[in-house]
This record gives sequence, C-alpha cells and structure tokens, in this order.
Amino acid sequence: MKVLVCVTQALEVSAYLEFTADGTAVDEAFVTTSLNEADQNAVEEALALVEAAGDGEVVVVSAGGDEAEEALRAGLTMGAHRAVRVDVASVLLADTRTLAAALGQAVAAEQPDLVLTGVQASDTGSQSAAPALAAVWGVPAVSVARSLALGGRTLTARREFEGGVSDEVEVDLPAVVSVQVGANEPRYGTFKDKMRAKKAEIPVLTPVDLPAARVVLTQMSADHAGGRTVQMVQGGPAEVAARILTIVREVQ
Amino acid sequence: MTRSLVVAEIIDGALSPLTAEAVSAAAGLGDEVVVAVAGSDAAALADQVALAGVTEIVTVTVPGNDRDHDQMMQVVEALVAEVAPQVVLAPFTIRSTAWAAAVAERLDLAYTPDVVALGASGEGLSAERSIYDGRVRAQYSFPSDRPVLALVRAGAWTPAEPGGAPATRALDVAPTPSRVRLGEVRRPAGGVDLTTSDVILAVGRGVGGEENIAAFADIAERMGAALAASRPVVDAGWLPAVHQVGQTGVTVKPKVYIALGISGALHHLAGMQTSKTIVAVNTNADAPIFGYADVGAVADIHEVAEQLKALL
Repeated sequence: MKVLVCVTQALEVSAYLEFTADGTAVDEAFVTTSLNEADQNAVEEALALVEAAGDGEVVVVSAGGDEAEEALRAGLTMGAHRAVRVDVASVLLADTRTLAAALGQAVAAEQPDLVLTGVQASDTGSQSAAPALAAVWGVPAVSVARSLALGGRTLTARREFEGGVSDEVEVDLPAVVSVQVGANEPRYGTFKDKMRAKKAEIPVLTPVDLPAARVVLTQMSADHAGGRTVQMVQGGPAEVAARILTIVREVQ
Repeated sequence: MTRSLVVAEIIDGALSPLTAEAVSAAAGLGDEVVVAVAGSDAAALADQVALAGVTEIVTVTVPGNDRDHDQMMQVVEALVAEVAPQVVLAPFTIRSTAWAAAVAERLDLAYTPDVVALGASGEGLSAERSIYDGRVRAQYSFPSDRPVLALVRAGAWTPAEPGGAPATRALDVAPTPSRVRLGEVRRPAGGVDLTTSDVILAVGRGVGGEENIAAFADIAERMGAALAASRPVVDAGWLPAVHQVGQTGVTVKPKVYIALGISGALHHLAGMQTSKTIVAVNTNADAPIFGYADVGAVADIHEVAEQLKALL
C-alpha cells in the first residue's frame, strides 16, 4: 500500500503588505507560511490508512521551490516515510494544469495505489488540484472526503456537500481523493521527528515537457475584499457587549 | 463577439440561484449566451434559465443525480464540443470544482476557479481573483487561443433577471457509467433554519470547548438570535452540523451577524460575507474577519459573554 500525499506550504499575509518588484508575489517580509491545514488532514489520513493496512508507505510530494521543501519537512515530521519535490517556479503554479502536470510526474515515478490532497490551499482556495491530477493520471477523483476506509482495492469515502449534506461513495483504486479540513486530528511529530525530518534527503524531480501555460498571473495588488471599513470598539468587554446589543436592538 | 456556455448548477434536482449570477457574468462578456441544464429532469428546469441575456438553452437528460461528478464531467465535455464556446462559466461550488479542472485537463482549456471579475478587451479575456484572506487581488491573462473555463464566486455578479425567450433544444449525451459509485445520502437533522433569522450569533474555535456552548446558546436565545458556528466547532462535535455556516454549511444573509471567536477562514467567509451588518470579536487584532466586519473588537469572547449575560 503506497499512498502519495500532495502538500503545499500555505501563505498568510499581513493586513499591510507590499509586493515584489515584478508585482506577481507578496514581498516575503509580509508573509508567514505553514503546511496547509487541509494537507495536514490528508497526511494524517494517509498515515492512518497505511497503519490500518499493516504495511506500506506514505510519500509526501510538493511542487515548487524552497518553500515546498518546508511543507515536505512538515509532512515528514508528522510521520511520512519519504518526500519528493518537483522543481517548478512558484509563479507558474498559478495555472492549475501546470501544478497537476508537475505532480503527475511524481505520480508517474512513484506509481502509488492512492493519491490524497487537501481539499484546498487555505491561501488561494482553488479546490482544483485533485480533479486536475486525476485527469492527468487517468483515474477517478473523489472530492471533499470526510472519512476514508479501505477494503481490498476498494475505497469507501464520505463526501461533504453544501448545507451539511454528505454521501457515501465507493471507488476502485487507483484514485485521487481530496480530504476535507477537520476530517481527523492531525498528529504532531516529536522534537526527534522534527530533527530527523530536518536532516532527511529530499530528492528533486525536474519536470520535463510541462504543458504550455494557459493561465498567467500578471499582477497582484492590495485588496480589501471584505469591502467594509471596520470600526473598532474602544473600551473593555462591557462596552463591547453594550455595542453588540445596541446593534441587535436596532433591527428588532 | 464572444460565445459563452453557462453550465447551470443543479442541487438536489433544483436549479441553484447561483446560475443566474454566472449568466450575468457571461452576458457581460458578449451577446451570445448558451445555458446548459443537465440532469434527470433537465427539460423541466429549462424554463427557469430563461434569463435576461440568454440566447439559447440546451438541455441534457442523463440518468444520474447531481452528485455524480464523473457523469457531469462527460456531459460538460459533450457540451463544449457541441456549442464550441470561447468561454465556459459555472458557479464556483463543491459540485463544479469536482468536474471543472478535469474537463479543462481533458479538453485543453485554460482554467481558473473562484473568479470575482472578468474582462474582455482587444487583448482577449482577463480574470481577477481575490486571494490571501481577501487581502490580495490577482489578475490573470490567458495567452493561448484555447477556450477559457472559469468558475465564478457567489455574490460577485448581480443575478440575471428572468426575461427573454431563448430557443430551447435537447442534446443527446450517453455517458459511460461513473467510476465513482454513489451510495447513501445523509442530511443534517433539522429544527434550525439559519436562513430565516434576522440576527445570528456565531461561535468559532475561540469558544474553547463543548462545555462553553450552553452559555452562548443561552445568550443567543435571550437576544432573539439564532445560534450558528464555524466549521471547527461542528468538526469537534460541540454543535450539530445544522448550525454550520460556510462552504459546506449554510449560506446566510441576516441583518446582523455576530462572529465570536471566528478568525475568518475562507470556508467561513463564503457563507456569511453578504450579511448586512457584521460584528466581529476576536483576540487576534490581525484576524482576517476584521476585514469583513463593520464593527470589531479585540476582546476575549468569554468576558464579552459575561457582560452580555448581565445586560440581557
């Protein structure tokens, strides 16, 4: 049983930010990164499946530059057996299909039984890597899985939909599954695990024949998507409570 | 002259109102808008997509239900081949994201999910997305002459009004059996309808534990508000799923939405950002929720709860 888990280092940017000179990325001084939340659930799910099978390995793979290596080391710390990085300039990953093609080369090299991804990267929220990779690989995809169980070569999954609706599906392996945030309680590695992950050799795959970009990120600018200007309540909890009640009473 | 294909979103056999927003996005790009409705009862839904700007309706009657992504992928492929659009649009949802990237891959389309703006100029189509907690707007161009498949964010376009008398025709598609076999469906046990409440009090991870829920439920009741929660609270089992607001929960638009201990993850914002007035209380002054709030406070929600209790 070999499970490949696609992981990514998710960005968090500060409220005030500046961009790189070419305008296609946030200046790293305004960015903090960590292993994407949903990917932590995917790694946990993979580790649990391999443990339940009694045999096998979990390989984490990430496409990108140095930041991708951080995601991989976080996955190794959690307990993944190996890591592979596919070397791609991060700006090219704005095209989902470039991402899928790059990850697809790791899949071709590793020939796993199952590929897991997180449901979405918390920074861009595309929810698209799993179906794109499944199409590249030519296997079925299961989206937004809440729980997984394996019986022989058949995977049973509970999928989530809007409105709290869920359904149960079955698929024969190989397949690609995106794992929902909160599907499980991701384990933390120990300090020793972290040290081992830090020293691990991470082989780098240089992708060949990536498809021509169909989508190009041309420009980033500061946004205020909420479109609202927040008015902060001064004072302590009493003032906050009073203000909340005033607002509520106005509409009742 | 742009020809767009809009793929209608069908949920549990009914037309999703988000379809009208995608039609509006398509109508903004050009004067030819073909809307496709696929499902076991597609012909019965055709009338509902006779919206302003729609020039043609194509129905595809297929056996499976609207959770069958593998079938939908084949249906959309057949539609793209038949209609030959320059642009394919659909609402950005759990269903559409499950087929869209795969269709793009198989048909060599340019693909972008979750767009908030689209533009057409002499240089071709461009798209914008709002990313990184809504703090960055990213612009995209499409350098090839391949069709563009874009999924549009809910609330980014005003829904197209009913109107027009587009011609309707049926397209025969015979999909191969899905590789994903669908089983039993579970719906959340009800009793709570958040969508009809004028005031919603929502709690997030900051509530701390199941033992603290009762206090907030009590405040909500005394305040005349419905109690809602963000995903982590439901995941942890502190409140049943029917209380969840967000992508996999309910989308709400109350007069007042009070977010207590909710940081404002993408998942949650998708379900409440169009509320009339948003109040947020969080201990982290840099929490994304404050970018979406009208009134905010950096405070401990338990201390605020104590004060609310005293006032109610």
